Amino acid sequence: MSAKSLLAKLGPFLGLLLVIGLFSISTEVRGYFLTYANFKIILTQTVIVAIGALGMTLIIVSGGIDLSVGSSIAFTSVVGAILIQHGWPAPAVVLAVVAAGAGIGLLNGAAIAALRMMPFIITLGMLGVVRGAAKWLAANETVNYDGSVINSWMTTRDPFGWSLPAGAWVSLAAAAATAVLLRQTVFGRHVFAIGSNEATARLCGVPTRRTKILIYALGGAFFGLAGLMQLSRLRQGDPTVAVGLELDIIAAVIIGGASLSGGVGTVLGSMIGALIMAVLRNGSQQMGWPTYFQEIIIGLVIIAAVFLDRLRSK
Amino acid sequence: MTDPLFPTSAPRLALAGIHKAFGATQALRDVSLEVAAGEVHAIVGENGAGKTTLMNILGGTLAPDAGSMHLDGAPYRPHDTLDARKHGVAMIHQELSLAPHLSAWENIMLGAEPQRVGWLRRDAAKEAARAALARLGHPDFPLDRAAGSCSIAEQQILEIARALRTEPRVLIMDEPTSSLAQADVERLFAVIRQLKQRGVSVIYISHFLEEVKRIGDRFTVIKDGQTVGTGPLGEIPQSRLVRMMVGREVAELYPRRVPRSGETILRVAGLSAGPRLARADFTLAKGEILGIAGLIGAGRTELVRAVFGLDACDDGVVTLEGSPPLRTTRANWRAGLGFLSENRKEEGLMLGLSIAENTALPKMAQFGRSGWLNRGRMETAVNRWISQLGIKARDPRQPVGELSGGSQQKVALARLLEYPARLFLLDEPTRGIDVGSKAQIYELIAGLASEGRSVVLVSSYLPELFGMCDRIAVMRRGELVECRPAKDWTEATLMTAAIGSVN
Repeated sequence: MSAKSLLAKLGPFLGLLLVIGLFSISTEVRGYFLTYANFKIILTQTVIVAIGALGMTLIIVSGGIDLSVGSSIAFTSVVGAILIQHGWPAPAVVLAVVAAGAGIGLLNGAAIAALRMMPFIITLGMLGVVRGAAKWLAANETVNYDGSVINSWMTTRDPFGWSLPAGAWVSLAAAAATAVLLRQTVFGRHVFAIGSNEATARLCGVPTRRTKILIYALGGAFFGLAGLMQLSRLRQGDPTVAVGLELDIIAAVIIGGASLSGGVGTVLGSMIGALIMAVLRNGSQQMGWPTYFQEIIIGLVIIAAVFLDRLRSK
Repeated sequence: MTDPLFPTSAPRLALAGIHKAFGATQALRDVSLEVAAGEVHAIVGENGAGKTTLMNILGGTLAPDAGSMHLDGAPYRPHDTLDARKHGVAMIHQELSLAPHLSAWENIMLGAEPQRVGWLRRDAAKEAARAALARLGHPDFPLDRAAGSCSIAEQQILEIARALRTEPRVLIMDEPTSSLAQADVERLFAVIRQLKQRGVSVIYISHFLEEVKRIGDRFTVIKDGQTVGTGPLGEIPQSRLVRMMVGREVAELYPRRVPRSGETILRVAGLSAGPRLARADFTLAKGEILGIAGLIGAGRTELVRAVFGLDACDDGVVTLEGSPPLRTTRANWRAGLGFLSENRKEEGLMLGLSIAENTALPKMAQFGRSGWLNRGRMETAVNRWISQLGIKARDPRQPVGELSGGSQQKVALARLLEYPARLFLLDEPTRGIDVGSKAQIYELIAGLASEGRSVVLVSSYLPELFGMCDRIAVMRRGELVECRPAKDWTEATLMTAAIGSVN
């Protein structure tokens, strides 16, 4: 392997080390920042963006985009809360919430394929539609319930023990599955083919429309799973949650080395991108930076990451 | 060609001892070039020989590692394209570089719009654009038309007009005729002769040696980054040029074949699709090569696309070995049809993906089980084509975008061979590729026919059609007007059929 391709593979890792190093400069903060307990917190804080980024990786690699993620997460978390209220058992809730997410994705994909419209426009519209639907479903207030096993998936019950919360394991498993799907299945390679050059894919008999619908539905299923984690974290269904989260998720995928024009991207990269986003937020809080400063820093990091990526690929 | 009044006058352009390396690869080694004012200088060489690198150095996009360049006797070392243009060196790239959404005049004036304190002087801009087009013999070109909706030939005219806007001293044309039909080539040559008279030096890069011999005054052959020959074109036989380019004798470019006709495999009746394909009827036999000739925009590409199910048909029937008509590309692949796009980079290939994936895409599911992909099997299968077709590549995992044009086209063909197709619809299979690869592709096509497979060959290059085909069909304005055995056509009768009777 040449030095250049090695550097390209390690790029996101180096970025992660860089941000970790940045927050380790101050000895005061380092004392807590670099502990296993904080690492666990960062992992837990990464879960929602990470699972969302998995779905988004599929979509972006295929040359698309989904702006309705944040709304989908809110919608599906409300669906989950209502079902728990109605006494559904946890496995049924999980299935139903993931299915609800997949349903929204199916609508997105079908609209994009059938109307031959730009994914940006369709999902921008759906961002509003789904957010409104979530508020409607929740009668414009939070949906509370007595308690559920789902609540435990995103808490670090024992902050000093070695065990990770279930949500972190679910993300890891989902990431592994997505990586295999993209690399080892015909569907996965069709995703790359469509993103690289849709005209060629069509010419070669790839069912581009059907594949696209499937990509968005699958992406939506991941967003449903992220919605479930959101529900677990808040312990209530909140239709106003995750506003603007689509930007964090898209940023994670792009920082991870995917190209917005499609055909390029890896699951590992996106996961590291999601970690970088979480480390930045966590570190900024520990440094005592105000939130507006965090926003500026994160914005600049996104630009720097894409710029570095371009240098790398030259 | 020394001017008697200025016996010491320097040539328009003089390059000496140019070196350029990319990492470990020595792209150019001690290259020299001399071009006089008003001369058409042809640069020939196989793809990958270093022509494009040399032109990029001239055009200011690359800097040489060593060597000297002089323009009209003054040292010339452009630091970018704009600087090169300021010195009067303009370049027309093989890949057209127009903004498709902008109008014709906006494209011509792009970057040099006349302005008054920041306000665009629209009338002056249009006037200047019109003047540039008029100099090319196109005073009536629709200025407000979006460049994206112009034909490729028209787009090229816009490119040339843009280059002429700045009154260049040297105009570099990289494969200018690769996408033009014969009539447009003639028009381009008229323009080049006009430029010549005005003292503009033209550096003309092309694979079409017949054309080079017609339009060029002198030539320089580049092989493996070195100048291997230079001189006046008038006296040199074409076979010697080819030998210099490839380093071996290519006695016969087109393989000898015995025409044979088997039973009918494809029958197309009354086919129409969209505004550019009004009506086509033809049949194709097993082991037959059928050529489709015609001008750009005559509906040749539309015809093969409609047969392959890429574009929807309005009317008519396509039957393959008597089976009912198929409408999707997927079904057509399964039935044994294979299609090679004329647009290798935008449609034919996925440049960012590997040779293996590009080759195996239509049948990827077969390299594995129930949706799982066996990459090892896929790469082994594709490796066979890499060695058999002489694709110059490291391994099947190399991205197709890194290959030369000839190798890219072989990958596109390998896809049809791997499937394997029984009937090949080839749209301009040798466009823009080097002579060596061309010869290999001709041999391959002839081999397919001798195995009893059938080929439809769409081409703008008449010698290719006459050299390869059993029968040639001519299209004119969306209609397939006539189909005859190749020996019953002459270039003249064929062109007449393609252009239509002149009253």
